[in-house]
Amino acid sequence: MNWEEIFVALPKLLDGAVLTLELVFISCIIGFVIAIPVALMRASQNWWVSNIPLIYTFFFRGTPLLVQLFLFYYGAAQFDAVRESIFWPVLKEAYWCALIVFALNTGAYTAEIFRGAIQAVPHGEVEAGIAIGMQKHTLYRRIVLPRAIRMALPAYGNEIILMLKSSALAYTITLFDLTGVTRTIIARNYLAIEMYFTAGVIYLLMTFIFIQVWMRVEKRLLKFQN
Amino acid sequence: MIDLQGFGPQIALGAWMTVQVAFGGLIVGLVFGLMGAAAKLSPYAVLRGMGQSYTTVVRGIPEILVVLIVYFGGEDIVNRIAESVGYNDYIEINVFVAGVCALGLSFGAYATEVFRGAIQSVPVGQIEAAVACGMHSHQIYWRITLPQAMRLAIPGLGNLFQVLLKDTSLVSLIALPELMRTSQAAIQNTKEPFTFYFIAALIYLGITTVVLVGQIYAERWANRGVKRASA
Amino acid sequence: MKKIAFALAAVLGLSVSMAHAGDKIRIGTEGAYPPFNGIDKDGKAFGFDVDIANALCAEMKAECEIIAPLDWDSILIGLKKKKYDAVVASMSITEERKKAVDFTEPYYSNNLTLVAKKGSSVDPANLAGKAVGAQRATIAANYVTDELKDVDAKLYDTQENAYLDLASGRIDLLVSDKLPAYDWLRSEQGQGFEFIGDAIDVNDKIGIAVRKKDDELREKFNAAIKAIVANGTYAKINEKYFPFSIY
Repeated sequence: MNWEEIFVALPKLLDGAVLTLELVFISCIIGFVIAIPVALMRASQNWWVSNIPLIYTFFFRGTPLLVQLFLFYYGAAQFDAVRESIFWPVLKEAYWCALIVFALNTGAYTAEIFRGAIQAVPHGEVEAGIAIGMQKHTLYRRIVLPRAIRMALPAYGNEIILMLKSSALAYTITLFDLTGVTRTIIARNYLAIEMYFTAGVIYLLMTFIFIQVWMRVEKRLLKFQN
Repeated sequence: MIDLQGFGPQIALGAWMTVQVAFGGLIVGLVFGLMGAAAKLSPYAVLRGMGQSYTTVVRGIPEILVVLIVYFGGEDIVNRIAESVGYNDYIEINVFVAGVCALGLSFGAYATEVFRGAIQSVPVGQIEAAVACGMHSHQIYWRITLPQAMRLAIPGLGNLFQVLLKDTSLVSLIALPELMRTSQAAIQNTKEPFTFYFIAALIYLGITTVVLVGQIYAERWANRGVKRASA
Repeated sequence: MKKIAFALAAVLGLSVSMAHAGDKIRIGTEGAYPPFNGIDKDGKAFGFDVDIANALCAEMKAECEIIAPLDWDSILIGLKKKKYDAVVASMSITEERKKAVDFTEPYYSNNLTLVAKKGSSVDPANLAGKAVGAQRATIAANYVTDELKDVDAKLYDTQENAYLDLASGRIDLLVSDKLPAYDWLRSEQGQGFEFIGDAIDVNDKIGIAVRKKDDELREKFNAAIKAIVANGTYAKINEKYFPFSIY
C-alpha cells in the first residue's frame, strides 16, 4: 500500500464524493416525486390506469442502468431533431442526463416499492376512513400514503443505497464523481489497487452513515408501533 | 425493420456471453451465499464476524468497484496464496473469470441474507424432531433445513438474479465482449448509438422477462405440496 | 460444508487458466481507436497497430495472439499483471508511463491537434469556458488538464465516445492525436469538422510497451521494427492508411 499517494489523492477523491452525493440526493428527490403518482396509478383497481405506467417501470427495471444512461446520453444525440429541440441545452449536459436517467430509474423502483406498500395498507383502516366520511383524496393524503410510506421505509432505504452505488456509473458519461476521479487519478499514477481501495472505503463510509441516519428516521416515524 | 448493418451475429454472440456471465455469476454467487449464511449462523464468533464483514463491505461499495477490484486485485491475492503453498507459476485470471467472480461475490453478499432468513424460518420443531430421530447435524442440514430453506429463498434469489442479469453490463467496462461491448463495437462502425443501445435494451428486457417467467414457474414448483393459507 | 468447499474448488479450478511463459507472444490492443485499432463485424481486431504487430511477429518468426478489446484506462495494468506480454495500441512514450513499463523504439510519430466544427469561432489562444474533450489516460487528456486552464474538461473512456460528443456538439473542441483525427475527418461523421490552429508538437513518439526488465522481448521488437522499415513492409502498411509517411 502506497499511503503517501493515497493522502495526495484524498482531497480530489472527496471532491468526487461530493458530486456523487449531490447526484444521489437530487435524483432520489425527483425519483420520489415521480414514484408517488406512478405508485398510485399502479395500485389502482382500473386495468388501464394500473397498466399504463407499467411500460415505464418495466423498461427501467428490466434493463441495466448503464444501457439507459448510454441510450439517453449518446443515443439521443444521434437525432438532429433532438439536437435542434429546446431540450438540447439540458440534454447537452452530462450532469443533467445523469440526473434525469438516475431519477427515472430510481423512480421506477421506488414506485413498485410504494405500490406494494399501498396495497398492504390494512383494509380496515381504509374502511374506517370511508366510514367517517373522508373524501378519496383526504383518505389517500391522511391514511393511505402516510401509512404506506412508513411501511415502505426499510425497502426505500435499501433503494437509496442501491442508487448511491449505481451512481458510480456517472463516470461513463464524463462526470467526475468519486469513481470518475478515481479512474482519472489511476490513469496517471497506475496505483489501481490503492485508489480503488480508497474509493471503496469512502463509499462504505457513505453507506454506513446513511444507514445510521435512516435507522433514526425509521425509529422516529415508526414510534407509534412500540 | 431495424438495419443491423451486419452486426447481428456479433450482437447475438454478445447476448450469449451475457447469459453465460449471468449463470456463471449465479453459480458462484449461490456458493458464496450459502457459505456466507453458514458463517453468519455459525456458533463461532470468528466466522460470524467474517460473514458480517463480507456482507457489509460488498453491499456497501458499488458493483462496478467490486468488478474492478476483483479484476485488478484478485490476481495478486490468488498468486500470493498459490506462492504460499509452493506453486510458483503465475496464475492468470481472465476477464470472464474476473467478471463471473465479481458478480458472484456481489450476488453472494445479498444471497447470504436471503439464505439466512430462509434457514431461520425453518420451524425449530422440525429440527427437534430430526434430532429426536437421531439425525446427525449434517444430515439435518442437507435433508431438513436446506430443502425447505431453498423453497423459502426462491423468491428472494429470483429478484437477486434479476439484479445480477443487469449487472452483467458492468463487465463491459473491463472489456469483456458481452452484449454492451459488442453493441459499442457496432456503434463504432455505424455511428448509430441510439439504434444499437436500443436493441441492447430490448434484448436485456427479453432476457429479464424470460427469467421472470422462469421465476414464477420455479416458485410454483418449489411450493408444490405446500398448502395455501387461502385458496 | 465439505461438499460446498469442494464445489468451490472445482469452480475456481476449472476457470483459472495457467499462463505459461511459453513461446506465444500475447499482444494487447484497445480496439476503439481507428484507424490504428478497431473491432470489425466478426469481433476481430484490425487497423494499423494490428498490421504492424502481425508484421513484427512474422519478422520475428514468433507465434502471436492479438488480445482485444481492452479497456484503455487499465491497459498497462493488464500488461503489468501479465495478462499479455506487449501493448501495440498507439501508445505514446511518456515519462509517466516509463515509470510503469518499458518501451521499444518508436514505430510512428504523432502530434496533438485541436478539432472543432468548421467555421466555429474557437480561438486556440483563448479557450476559457469551452467544453474540451479528450480520451482519459492519454497525452491529449494530460494536455487538457495540465495546459488548458479554465476549460470545462470532459474525459472519455474511448476516443469513439469523444467523437460522438464532438459530432453532437456537446463539446466545442476535441484534443486528439492528429493521425486518428485525420482519419475521422475523412469519415462521414467527420464532415463539417476541421483542424483548428497548428498541430501541437509534444514530441510524441509511439512505441510498444513491454513489462519492465523484459529486455529480451523489447530487443526482439526493436530489431524487427528496424527490419520491417528497411525491407519496405512498413511503408506498405503505412500506405494502406495514410498518403504520407508517419514513421
